[in-house]
Amino acid sequence: MNILISSTSGEPIYAQIAGQVRQLILQGELVTGMPLPSIRQLAKELQISVITTKRAYEELEREGLINSIVGKGSFVSGADQEFIREQRLRIMEGKLKELIDESRLLGMEYKELAEMLKLLYEEEKE
Amino acid sequence: MSEVIQLEGLSKSYDRFELRDITVGIKEGYITGLIGPNGAGKTSLIQMIMGMVYPDQGEIQLFGQNHLLHQAAIKDRIGYVSDENIYYERLTVNQMKRIIAPFYSRWNEDIYQKYQERFKLPQDKKIKDLSKGMKIKFSLAIALSHDADLLIMDEPTSGLDPIFRRELLELLSEHIQDEKKSILFSTHNTMDLDRIADYIVFINDGRLVFNEMKESLTEKYLLVKGGRELLDRDVRRWFIGIRETAVGFEGLIGNRAEGERYFKDTAICEIPTLEEIMYFTVKGSEAHA
Repeated sequence: MNILISSTSGEPIYAQIAGQVRQLILQGELVTGMPLPSIRQLAKELQISVITTKRAYEELEREGLINSIVGKGSFVSGADQEFIREQRLRIMEGKLKELIDESRLLGMEYKELAEMLKLLYEEEKE
Repeated sequence: MSEVIQLEGLSKSYDRFELRDITVGIKEGYITGLIGPNGAGKTSLIQMIMGMVYPDQGEIQLFGQNHLLHQAAIKDRIGYVSDENIYYERLTVNQMKRIIAPFYSRWNEDIYQKYQERFKLPQDKKIKDLSKGMKIKFSLAIALSHDADLLIMDEPTSGLDPIFRRELLELLSEHIQDEKKSILFSTHNTMDLDRIADYIVFINDGRLVFNEMKESLTEKYLLVKGGRELLDRDVRRWFIGIRETAVGFEGLIGNRAEGERYFKDTAICEIPTLEEIMYFTVKGSEAHA
């Protein structure tokens, strides 16, 4: 398992860790029941603070991706790929709703919003 | 969560300097950084915690006990590293070690030997002939060899090269793998703390500025860089400190959300480093004084 932290990306370190572990789980590289390094262990390996790692793990727990058992450590949860996808979709829906609200504030029509999304999507692909 | 060090209303006057009403709790199981500019009172505070200086007012508790009433038992559990030499200059490293070791009930000679090797400590050299970095390494080897529950370090990195500094940070995170051990670490080189510190205690001019989780600082503070035309009298008031130049300004805001909302389209908004938080806070307090 590789976790790589960038100190220049501007993304908070806890979010980088959570994002990378999430990715590894979604890709199936980390499977159900696999132990993750302990919070303190990972903090030491990455030379970052214990609280930062704790925060990353807490976020993954909230998403149902990992379970932490006191005295035993953290493990990839039993959630199947389908469930994880559902979870991610729900998060995406939330973000899209925010976008819709924002576009309404600007008085944009659905068509304009769709157009914008399409444009950006194509741009990213290139 | 329990606190390994508790300072309650600590005050002390010196000739030209005063520590005023410091109330702070240091959390057990974590690394806490004590930051502040030179002369802010970091060393005075640490000397009080160590019982080397008495406060005029206030109380100090270590491991939940009054630090003067249980001094011997408490010191047995503390590893102390200072940037000043606290040893007998004329003795050799080995002689000094043999004097210190019996004071600690949990002294572990094997661990000491391990560090002696790792740090390449010259056993037969006199302490006065050691380089500054080597003196700190010696002090560190002692502090790490008696299973201390609390490490108190006063500017431990100031005489160290960047390579050993990194190694030291690694040693520190190793030390707190056991969730019961704590570290208090003073420095004006905040880069060391940007990564590994869990909590930051910031003092300036003898007063406590804040005691916060490092994680939450990045959500609280905002660094704004922009053109000077953005600054009118009302806007200025939001800033803790501003640095203006011929080609723009940079300043620190204490309310991230509000600052971002106002400046996100007109200026550059960044997450400040600890150094920037310290710099602008000190600058701002000088401007208002």
